[in-house]
Amino acid sequence: MCCLIESGNITKDIDSLRSEIRDKSVRVIDVRREDDYKQDHISTAVNLPLANLLSDDNPERVLKLVNSMGIDDETPVVVYDDTFGALASRVAWTLEYLGHSDVTLLETTYSHWKSLGLENDSQTPEIQHKEHSMNLQPNILATSDYLESAKTRDDVILIDNRERLNFLEQHIPGAISLPYRTLATKDKILRSKEDMKRLLENRGVTGDSEIITYCGSVGTLSGLAYYALKSVGMPNAKLYVRSFKEWKNLQKPTEKQEDANYWDLSAE
Amino acid sequence: MTISDLKQSASDFAKSKINWARIEEADNFAKTVKLFRQGKYDADSFRRFRLQHGAYGTRMTGDYAMVRVKLPAGEIYPNQFEKLSQLSEQYSIGSAHFSTRENIQLHWVILEDVSEIFRGLTEVGLTSREACGNSVRNVMCSPLSGVCPDEEFDSTPYALATARFFLRNPMAQNLPRKFKFNFTCCEKHGMVRMVDVGLIPQIREMDGTSQRGFKIFLGGGLGNKSFVGHQLEEFTPEEDLLYTSIAVVRIFDRLGDRKNLARNRMRYLVNDMGWEKFQNLVFKERAVVRATQSVITKLEVDHTPNEIKRPIRITDESGGTIPDGYARWFKTNTVKQTQSDYRSVFITLEAGDVTASQLNALADIIREFSSEGKARCGFVQNVALRYVHEGDLPRLYSKLLEVGLAKSGALTMTAPIGCSGTTSCNLALTNSHRLAKEIQRKFLELKLDEDDDLSDSSIKISGCPNSCGQHGIATIGFFGGGGRVGKDMYPNYQMSLGGRSDGDTMLGQTCLRVPAKRVITVILKIIEIFKQNKKSDDTLKSWIHRIVSGNEDSDIKSINDIKKMLDPLIIPPTKEDDPDFYLDYGSDTSYHTKTGKGECAA
Repeated sequence: MCCLIESGNITKDIDSLRSEIRDKSVRVIDVRREDDYKQDHISTAVNLPLANLLSDDNPERVLKLVNSMGIDDETPVVVYDDTFGALASRVAWTLEYLGHSDVTLLETTYSHWKSLGLENDSQTPEIQHKEHSMNLQPNILATSDYLESAKTRDDVILIDNRERLNFLEQHIPGAISLPYRTLATKDKILRSKEDMKRLLENRGVTGDSEIITYCGSVGTLSGLAYYALKSVGMPNAKLYVRSFKEWKNLQKPTEKQEDANYWDLSAE
Repeated sequence: MTISDLKQSASDFAKSKINWARIEEADNFAKTVKLFRQGKYDADSFRRFRLQHGAYGTRMTGDYAMVRVKLPAGEIYPNQFEKLSQLSEQYSIGSAHFSTRENIQLHWVILEDVSEIFRGLTEVGLTSREACGNSVRNVMCSPLSGVCPDEEFDSTPYALATARFFLRNPMAQNLPRKFKFNFTCCEKHGMVRMVDVGLIPQIREMDGTSQRGFKIFLGGGLGNKSFVGHQLEEFTPEEDLLYTSIAVVRIFDRLGDRKNLARNRMRYLVNDMGWEKFQNLVFKERAVVRATQSVITKLEVDHTPNEIKRPIRITDESGGTIPDGYARWFKTNTVKQTQSDYRSVFITLEAGDVTASQLNALADIIREFSSEGKARCGFVQNVALRYVHEGDLPRLYSKLLEVGLAKSGALTMTAPIGCSGTTSCNLALTNSHRLAKEIQRKFLELKLDEDDDLSDSSIKISGCPNSCGQHGIATIGFFGGGGRVGKDMYPNYQMSLGGRSDGDTMLGQTCLRVPAKRVITVILKIIEIFKQNKKSDDTLKSWIHRIVSGNEDSDIKSINDIKKMLDPLIIPPTKEDDPDFYLDYGSDTSYHTKTGKGECAA
């Protein structure tokens, strides 16, 4: 359905992005807070703070935001953050949900980009408004109702991307724990394809299944996991975007690891 | 050893010279886990395999493991700290745990992820191989070896060589039970009499030349039943070290009890056989080993001296104010080294727990402050930073404060040992881990670390009778169990007094059972009784030692006299009066003893 899977490119490497910026053939989105963006950002990047997007992420509003950032159906988009790719993933996923197919994540964080001495400035680019179509992709979204029925199926794997202690304390029954930290390397937001494949295969996560990811509240950590799955070509991944916060508010069943005082090991 | 003030660039920071890891073991482990899950590998064989590779089972679940990473001779390098930090965030609970045997443990690891940890460890030359199971466990060495004012020579190279010799050695893959070597620096430090093989370096003058060797103790150990080890002979020359080690391992392998799980450590063999008979057997076996192996089998002892370079200061902060608490920390956490101008700094962790970010910080701190560029694990779930120049101590203290590692009392009674207890162990009956933390917090608040009368005493807590918390050698020791009032259970500890592991090693004597929520009160009461009855130069340790040895002449003459004074404090209140009494530390649900199958003996 979308070219992400065809090309297999989930992340954009630094060199490619730099040449695309030079060619003016890319729209770069910085999802950090406005203050941080104003101080400095990757040259030509526009700012879409995640909080702004999340304040109202219904498709009509997102479409307006996308148009105002000068993105039409054909514009290649690269998203970055300074939060190991989790915030960028949530924004990328939202664009994908809207029907935008050419969106990738910068392979590293802004801090790392800066520490390498690469181009940044504090100018806000002039943006020409564009018209994007709306072609929603419900197949990449899991709602609580969908999840509740899907997780009874044998071919569905549910992945919890919060930290291990949170998982032990409480999680959606049947979920497996794959903390978001597991997905990254020291300076890349996602580990290499080969490493990711091995990690997932060890855990029994294979392309034969439908895979749903969730995290604490807004689908950032699990957004990153969604892209981790895509990076190794898993065709059928979904994001439970309202995640555990909604699940609990709806008072749906949860599960915990009983009979152990694991929190006392946590050296807080 | 050469001490110089040569400048150091970022690239030549020390890295381990020995690579303990094998990448193929990661692949093999991953494959075996898959086969096991597919039912193609039976549970018993898999458990043995898992333990041999250093992955323990976890409380009440087969889905999680604890990975125990060995740090042979206790040495740990900055890049290893950084890797462990990363692994703890990725596969564990964002923290790691220092054990009493110079291992770092990662808990609550998903079994399928264990091989990924192995893979990460290979990047920094570490392994967990033979950290569990019936093998030669991590070879320990005193954190002060090489710097201790009382030692005759540094035994670290011998500990490393011994670890190297036995790791993956077929002779040590299927012993009747686990087997432990402890090297130390001197009589005062370490616990050479409470281990299968304990070694103190010793120099003998003969015909005008001095010869290196060891005082070797055999057959000691802590456990459900503990024994004090016996000295093999007056002096064992260094060339006999390996032959003696092989001889002892062979005898144990041949004669050790492989059937009775509860009695198969070597100390039972020694005890059943009688020391003299065992001793003779060792001499005979050693003669055979020497005769048959002496040409081909040598211990590879690396005598290259450590490079000692005071790290250069990147910024000059001289003239800065010394933060509050420095004097207290200096007094209770640092010791003078043989090498002038240098001190060793002990960092106390609450019951051995350290966060991922603290592990990272430690890497930087070593690079910035240790002139030997590495750290050593201590004996009591702590870390030692050695070769810190005295002039750098205030700055180091500030750095430690910033990352929450500047707790005082590291070398005093206020830093208790607590095994992992019900936080992750299948056998635990109580949360000994949390109790140790509670005691430390309370006693530091009361500033008991500053009391010279208490500093050479120790508190050690196990969550069950099996002694992982080493309660038997504590001045005040505890092991967990359950107490009962009618139908209601409460967490309870058996308390023993007077244990020690130095030259006068003895096991603590049972005093009485203390409910978990009365442990702190009872210890404070003991201190109070001691203060009322002590002689002027007494410490708590020396006073208790006289009592348990029957040599005390004041009003309090026996353990029983102490018991009588404590009895009123341990009477259980009704559940209505004090519901908290019936809860263990760290738990808000009613207490019950619940255990799974132990794996120590698997």
